[in-house]
Amino acid sequence: MIPATFDYEVADSAAHALALLAEHGDDAKLLAGGHSLLPMMKVRLAQPAVLVDIARVGELAGIRSDGDELVIGATTRHADVAGSDLVRAEVPLLAYAAAQVGDPQIRHRGTIGGSLAHADPSADLPMTLLALGGSVEISGPGGVRTVAADDFFVGPFETALSPDELLSAVRVPRGGEVPWGYQKFVRRANDWAIVGVAAYDGRVALASMGGTPLRATAVEEALRGGASAAEAAAHAADGTSPGYDFHADSEYRKHLARVLTKRALQGERG
Amino acid sequence: MEIKLTVNGTAHSDEVEPRLLLVHYLREVCGLRAANVGCDTTSCGACTVLLDGESVKSCTVLAVQANGRSVTTAEGLVAEDGTMSAVQQAFRENHGLQCGFCTPGMVMAATSLLAENPSPTEQEVREGLEGNFCRCTGYHNIVRAVLAAAGTLPGASTEVDA
Repeated sequence: MIPATFDYEVADSAAHALALLAEHGDDAKLLAGGHSLLPMMKVRLAQPAVLVDIARVGELAGIRSDGDELVIGATTRHADVAGSDLVRAEVPLLAYAAAQVGDPQIRHRGTIGGSLAHADPSADLPMTLLALGGSVEISGPGGVRTVAADDFFVGPFETALSPDELLSAVRVPRGGEVPWGYQKFVRRANDWAIVGVAAYDGRVALASMGGTPLRATAVEEALRGGASAAEAAAHAADGTSPGYDFHADSEYRKHLARVLTKRALQGERG
Repeated sequence: MEIKLTVNGTAHSDEVEPRLLLVHYLREVCGLRAANVGCDTTSCGACTVLLDGESVKSCTVLAVQANGRSVTTAEGLVAEDGTMSAVQQAFRENHGLQCGFCTPGMVMAATSLLAENPSPTEQEVREGLEGNFCRCTGYHNIVRAVLAAAGTLPGASTEVDA
């Protein structure tokens, strides 16, 4: 499968990338690892006229501490997040989640910013950012704005990003000792979650339970009220309307959400 | 656009369309046919090559993204005198293949895995190869081959005869 034709531009800085986006508008898409965009282009679900390659922009990659947060450049690859001593020590949930994305080859190419901007409701990192209570830094013509994960995912494969903006970095709270759990239910190796759950410090996020990654707010409320993990997890599917496919119908997904949430709240990882 | 890259140690310079996939560049421009197009959807791993030493699925990399970088295919693992790499040799000795279609990708994924983790456990090998599908072998001899190449196959000689 061959993508439709496009023009290829290599950005040498974030400012250059923004200038190229301003020049080409809706016709342009940013390319980093390309592991969400290229598969869509190969089946012609996406046919951008211009690709702006930001993978060679050094200022967009890397991991550093900033007060009580870690700041991870948007083009930092999953393998680098998963293997980072800093992330493993300070935000172990994020390191673990990055290691669950796809397979080793995919983690050698795919980037944290790309996965979040793609906003697949069944993916590992959107759910994880939501559970962590993290945020994204977005660069645009008017400067940099920070958007909380809770406000970033607005629909299936849709985010708060405008076509002239660039997701430049990801911010997550440091908390090496904070209890967390992660559950990803799949039938096949390197597949997307049929249902996924990430739990961190009383926050619970779900994948594949709706058009966006979701906070399990009823679970969080029950926990705040003193409920046990099992009692709180019974509310995991409250208010959700998960879709159905050949893996699972809606009721089964709700069942999985309750079971997996209980396990995640008990700190299980799988 | 013009790209300059190193393929199996040899400098290449070619004019390519931006939409040319790396796997097609390798097969059709360079004439290197080890990397196979299997699923063409980033799933099966038959097209796995090394990009700057790390395994990638070349059906999901544009040739222009490899500009200025180094690519290694299964052909590039073989020494000039025809000696196979330890991983290739171990696949042969442990019968780590049947039809052979997945084998170049398996070998490249295993090569990358051992570069990152020279002494993997069996479980780490199985997880490290989860991006590569084999529809013949049931994986057992592939896993044995990788463990043998690493010298961590229980009960086997750690020496690989050239």
